[in-house]
Amino acid sequence: MKIKQISVFLENRKGRLYDVCSLLGKNNINIRALNVAETESFGILRIVVNKPEAAMDAFNEAGIVARLTDVIAVEVEDKPGGLADILKVLSDEDVNIEYMYGFVEKSSDKALMVFRFDDVEKAAEVLTKHNVKIVQEQGVREL
Amino acid sequence: MEIRYWNKEVETASPERIKEIQLERLKKIVAAAFKTQFYSKRLPAVGINSPDDIKSLDDLRRIPFTMKDDLRQSYPKGLLAVDTSEVVRIHTSSGTTGIPTVIYLSANDLNAATDLMARSITCTGADKTDILQNMMSYGMFTGGLCMHYGAERVGMMVIPAASGNTKRQVQLMKDFRTTVLHVTPSYLLHIHSKLPELGIPLKDLALKKAFIGAEPHSENTRKKLESLYNIDAYNSYGLSEMNGPGIAFECQYKKDLHFWEDSYIVEIINPKTGELVKDGEQGEVVLTNLIRSAMPLMRYRTRDLAYLHTEPCECGRTHRRMSRIMGRSDDMLIINGVNVFPSQIEEVIMRVPEVGTNYQILVEKQGALDRLVVKVELYPKMFLGEAKQIEQVKARISDELKASITIKPAIELHEQGTLPVSEGKAVRVVDTREKL
Repeated sequence: MKIKQISVFLENRKGRLYDVCSLLGKNNINIRALNVAETESFGILRIVVNKPEAAMDAFNEAGIVARLTDVIAVEVEDKPGGLADILKVLSDEDVNIEYMYGFVEKSSDKALMVFRFDDVEKAAEVLTKHNVKIVQEQGVREL
Repeated sequence: MEIRYWNKEVETASPERIKEIQLERLKKIVAAAFKTQFYSKRLPAVGINSPDDIKSLDDLRRIPFTMKDDLRQSYPKGLLAVDTSEVVRIHTSSGTTGIPTVIYLSANDLNAATDLMARSITCTGADKTDILQNMMSYGMFTGGLCMHYGAERVGMMVIPAASGNTKRQVQLMKDFRTTVLHVTPSYLLHIHSKLPELGIPLKDLALKKAFIGAEPHSENTRKKLESLYNIDAYNSYGLSEMNGPGIAFECQYKKDLHFWEDSYIVEIINPKTGELVKDGEQGEVVLTNLIRSAMPLMRYRTRDLAYLHTEPCECGRTHRRMSRIMGRSDDMLIINGVNVFPSQIEEVIMRVPEVGTNYQILVEKQGALDRLVVKVELYPKMFLGEAKQIEQVKARISDELKASITIKPAIELHEQGTLPVSEGKAVRVVDTREKL
């Protein structure tokens, strides 16, 4: 149910995001989804890639501070109110979202969204119960 | 100019008379020292077995220096010469590695310190018709309370405003027609930059004088303050180990600070060799307190660098004058008037599991005030992947440093391997403020 997101700690320094992305490129790793959380003095880059283990190896070797975290990717109907329907389910069941962001590409006529929950297990259970389609890890690798 | 004295006889006594007073008082202090755990061991070790062994002022130099670390090792009662029932006041200051230092004052000691403070205030020409706004922090810091007591003794109306809250400070100055300020020079500069937005023009204030101290400053800073506010600014010297302010003060002529030599013996030494330097040569200030019996302190190495004048002053006082403080012979930083040792900062950040071993301390000017930035590296294994964790770590380091050094620094978290690797203390501390 869960997929792996990589969070990368980036200090506020020119070219740092470029360093990270070019490292992935060199290792033939493809970014599927991406989001940057920024503060005054640092940023956290969140990415979903096709080869998370290989990406972590590359980061560790390059001395880049990174960490794997569990997130859930769901298919959202690409129509007005599509995302709202899912958010309503989560809200009604008291599931708290920490943050969310969209995938770069679409596999079908559905949009793909990444959700980070404080309680991943409960979120997965709620979404399944309400027939929201969750993207499996294999699916991300093959995108 | 009408010269004002608090105690003319002592302030204008001949150098010989001052030496007589010093010897008489030194004997009493040595007698008190024998009642302390610390000196009762240290004095016999150099062949001083009773106060009677002090026969001349030269015998003082047989006594070894007392260091800040000795105070720390003696915390809390190793230098206390009397029962605590005789003590009326203590002050503590934070130590270099988390252990504080303490001073004790008996009723007599406090009376003598207060009198010296009153003498210092009076030598600037201020008197009971003046209204003093005391903008130093009260509490454990000696700067607030000691000035307060001295000003009350002079008979001034004292506004115990303490530090901070610029808007209220200026309002108090306006409402109560404050004539004299006791303040750090950097804060006084800062206040001036805030006057336009506070909507209180300088002409609504009645300021005449400022006693500036608790941090080193240049002659240019003094001149700038004097012209910005149209006041006279007087340099004040003190340190908590010696009772706080009132050890040396500028007189109406503002040509360096009179050391109250009847109450303190001042020596200027070469910090490397410990030998006395010639008059006029810069060295480290070493002080013996002659007016405190509850906690004697002799030949204390202040780590402050300065030099002494011997030529007479136009004011008629015979007490020798000391230059402004030119620097430190250790790595202590003075940040907005607060003394901070890099080792205190290191001790706190090394306790935080989320950070690595490299760090850097940056001190810079932000407007008129000092700003402390502590840069640390995030330890990769402790990174949980969330921005809020980083914010929590920063807040925790900042809070713990506040508890230790009393000022709240800005914390920067950096990636591993980006801060300079330590090769001695110098690279750890970057101070971009103007040098004196």
